[in-house]
Amino acid sequence: MEFFNNHNKLFTTALLLFLFLTIMVCIMPAMTNQRINAALPNAIPLSEDAIKGKALYISNGCVACHTQQVRSIEMDNVWGERPSVAADYANNYRTDFWRNTATLMGTERTGPDLANIGQRQPSADWHLPHLFNPRIVVKESIMPAYPWLFTIKDKLEKGDTEVNIPEEFMKGRKGKVVATEEALQLVAYLQELKQAKLPNGTPEPEFLYPKKPGLANTSKPGAEPEMDGAMLYSNNCQSCHQANGEGLKGAFPPLKGSKVVLDDNPELMLDIIMNGYNAQDQFGEMPAVGTNNRLKPAEIAAIMNHERTSWGNNSRKVTAAEIEKLIKSLE
Amino acid sequence: MKKSNVVKVGIVGAALWIPSHLTLYAAISGNSSDDYSSILLLTTVAVLVGILIFSALYLYSKTKQISEVMKRRIGTNDGRFSKYIETFDSKQIDQYFKFKSKEGIKGGQGNLLTTLLLTTAMCLSANTASSQSSRSTGSLLTEGGILITLVLILVPIAAGIILMIVKIRQVLKVYQNKENQEEGERLAEYLKEIDGKELENALLKRKHALDYGLNHNELTGHLAAEDDKGLLLDVSNSAILPVVSAKKRATKRPAIDPELSRLILWFLGSATFWLLFGTTVGEYLGIKFVAPDVDQVSWLSFGRLRPVHTNAVFWGWASMAMLGLGYYVVPRVSNIPLVSIKLGWWTLYLINASVILGSVFLMAGINNGGGEYREYIWPIQLLFGIGLLLTLINFLRTIARRTTHEIYISNWYIVASVMFALVISIVAYIPTWQNGLGETIVQGYYMHQGVGMWFMLFTLGIVYYFLPQQLNKPIYSYSLGILAFWAQILFYTVIGTHHFVFSSIPWSLQTIAIVGSVGMVIPVAAGTANFLLTFNGAWYKLPSSYTLPFFLVGVIFYFTGSLQGTAEAFRSTNLIWHFTDFTVAHSHLTMYGIICFFLWAGIYALVPRLSGKEAPQITVGAHFWLALIGLLFYTIPLMYGSTLKGLMWIDGKPFIDSVVLMAPYWLWRAIGGSLMWLSHIFFAYNIYKMLTGSPPVDVREAAIAKLNQSYATTEPEL
Repeated sequence: MEFFNNHNKLFTTALLLFLFLTIMVCIMPAMTNQRINAALPNAIPLSEDAIKGKALYISNGCVACHTQQVRSIEMDNVWGERPSVAADYANNYRTDFWRNTATLMGTERTGPDLANIGQRQPSADWHLPHLFNPRIVVKESIMPAYPWLFTIKDKLEKGDTEVNIPEEFMKGRKGKVVATEEALQLVAYLQELKQAKLPNGTPEPEFLYPKKPGLANTSKPGAEPEMDGAMLYSNNCQSCHQANGEGLKGAFPPLKGSKVVLDDNPELMLDIIMNGYNAQDQFGEMPAVGTNNRLKPAEIAAIMNHERTSWGNNSRKVTAAEIEKLIKSLE
Repeated sequence: MKKSNVVKVGIVGAALWIPSHLTLYAAISGNSSDDYSSILLLTTVAVLVGILIFSALYLYSKTKQISEVMKRRIGTNDGRFSKYIETFDSKQIDQYFKFKSKEGIKGGQGNLLTTLLLTTAMCLSANTASSQSSRSTGSLLTEGGILITLVLILVPIAAGIILMIVKIRQVLKVYQNKENQEEGERLAEYLKEIDGKELENALLKRKHALDYGLNHNELTGHLAAEDDKGLLLDVSNSAILPVVSAKKRATKRPAIDPELSRLILWFLGSATFWLLFGTTVGEYLGIKFVAPDVDQVSWLSFGRLRPVHTNAVFWGWASMAMLGLGYYVVPRVSNIPLVSIKLGWWTLYLINASVILGSVFLMAGINNGGGEYREYIWPIQLLFGIGLLLTLINFLRTIARRTTHEIYISNWYIVASVMFALVISIVAYIPTWQNGLGETIVQGYYMHQGVGMWFMLFTLGIVYYFLPQQLNKPIYSYSLGILAFWAQILFYTVIGTHHFVFSSIPWSLQTIAIVGSVGMVIPVAAGTANFLLTFNGAWYKLPSSYTLPFFLVGVIFYFTGSLQGTAEAFRSTNLIWHFTDFTVAHSHLTMYGIICFFLWAGIYALVPRLSGKEAPQITVGAHFWLALIGLLFYTIPLMYGSTLKGLMWIDGKPFIDSVVLMAPYWLWRAIGGSLMWLSHIFFAYNIYKMLTGSPPVDVREAAIAKLNQSYATTEPEL
């Protein structure tokens, strides 16, 4: 065919077709989406420190393993309270003259999603040792260690943030581990990664593909489905209090043998779970896990029972109804 | 040789089977037990329908046979009988003559109507049965009990049909035997009656021909073979037991312009360096999954090294190798020299500079924002872009001056891919449309077009040249190649956002991407069919060639790997596989299985032409097998493990449990990766041998040289 034997016509046609499709599926949608989306009114812009922390997040390639998107499917509910919406990304602008807008959504979840990490894990006392070596707090983690964000000093100076590192992770080095400004900036960024509330009256997008109720439980109508306390503990509590319930010396208190946990009256324990706790100098601040993660009374009861009966703890089990009543009275 | 074929077929089979098996496994286990039983039912129904169709076809062919027999009864005899006589065997001819000399002879009816009636009844019943089963397929009820009942009803129906077929077969056989017996009697009658010298002579001659046999020494002897045309080469007088089969050596071709040759070899040499560098980094990253504390140096931390690996193998290895081969193909199929070798050198410098700088910058923590494959900051990627632009100009001007009338299909693919690579780089680096969600949409577009429009199109162009060349026959269909070309542009361009299914980019855009992914079946099927049909009729060349196995593996992964991408794009599969290592396995199946294997095939085909030297076949074989086995070790455990991982996430298990789960699969990945890495060492050695290696001393050459030498020394005395 004549058309195919004319290089001008052939290559121009191919190029035009490609350009046309590019404009239709890439450039136009990209421009439309950056125009029509604005940050949510409730969204708090990143602080100066957090902006620097974001730059560190980018330059160390954290996006290779961490996503920042809660997909609109039920299985992603653990990462955020609602599916991410376009407005969540509207504040993400070009970094500087040399660098493009940061890619945050990510395509790999080798590590946990971070879209709502500021809510899920607000404690700098957790983040700092975790950055020094993730295996301090999560034994099975395969995340790289970032010791270069810390310095080791013989003596603390004024304003230094000391990080409590267990002996085995010091690799024979002596001295106090101090977080550098960069480490604090990175943690500030992580702490500020929170899902903003949608404006009043805006319905939250739904999580699709909801789990079907388990068949085993429907066989006994009326019976309360048995919650897996160990799994809930592992999802919500373990990163600080550890699988053995012993916590981390100088950072997170042990639950094993804890007076609060063993108390016959579960009220104080429930209060701490629901509202957090920050009273002791020697331990980090505890977030309001129960409220933040929207745990249901039955789930809280399961977690409490797991804690009250594991690692040698031997206290009475609480019921979901009891917890539900107590939660009401706490409010 | 047979055995190695069997092994190859086995591996090919495994490669085809395992992804599909995993897909099925995922489809089944991803859903609840309801879906499981419906899949079971669907399979059963499909089997039953298959049985019905088969029986209908069988009955049809049987009825045809019967009508043949009927015709025999009605038609005239002569033509038929002489046919029988022509096909007598030697013994029958003997018997005939014996009879003729002795003169002595002998001579029933069947009930056709009943048989026919019976057959019709069977056909009817078969039809009703099939309509019944198809109706049950249509209304797939979800109640388990009803499904089981339906299956239970269908099973005896199918059994009954099979039984009926057996019965009909028996009846037909009895009828046919009877008919044949009668026909035989009629033939005997005919033979008795005819006479004639002509027939006898013909039969005698036929018998003589049939009795002919070889005396078993036609091909042996003590005399040297007459070989006027010089066709016998590499004659071996002593049979030895080879460790590996010897492959054909590269054919000697007229030398090409040494200047161009030097440029191409530099491209391929740089590519080899970047392959070694990039995969060493990749190997190290694979180890980090198993031993995260192997080092704690900022420049070597996982997040910084990962883009070093991907960019080095993309822009350093694959792009340079493609361009090197392209610089040979484009002028060759245009039938004129390359317009400017100098511009080619500039491309080489610029791309090397861009990969060197880019790698250093990434390790130093300076990147473009983390978008995959555009991690180099713009001043560095600009070098690459200028290099490509120079190549585009060079190629276009060469093609414009071509002496052939048509533009060979290779040049369609190659030029288009260079143009598109420039377009996507510009789109990806211009900041105007990159805020907020715009960045994500551009990222989805860019990362996928980089793979599909740059690597895939260019490599296909190379295959369209080298595959027919190595098979020494034209490409099966030019039209299929053209179809694949336009279909690829049409569908591939729109599929980028399938990396962000269920994210906050517009739902419609996600749907378009999924539909486009399905559309990719067209170019992939067309391309695969074209390549395989080109192989067709020349399969015998496969065992004796060391380049064709690379092509074949590339074609197989082109089909399986690309269609796996289609399967991954669906929403249902995204639930399980998205964010897991499945994506990593897929990208290695495609970038490595397709692109690398094709490139190696092209390099092993081309370099001996340029340098006149070949690589040792044993190390080429080692390269091939280590790369292939390594790839399978790498990808299959990863796909399996990440399927389990996805299911675990769906079940809401703690995230860290999924990390623990993956540990053995990551170990397998590291093992597979090590094999792949080892194969690259062999490849680099082969390149070294092809460039600088000196062949072992040949006795004949040595003798001639000696003669020349002594001639030169003795001459003055004469």
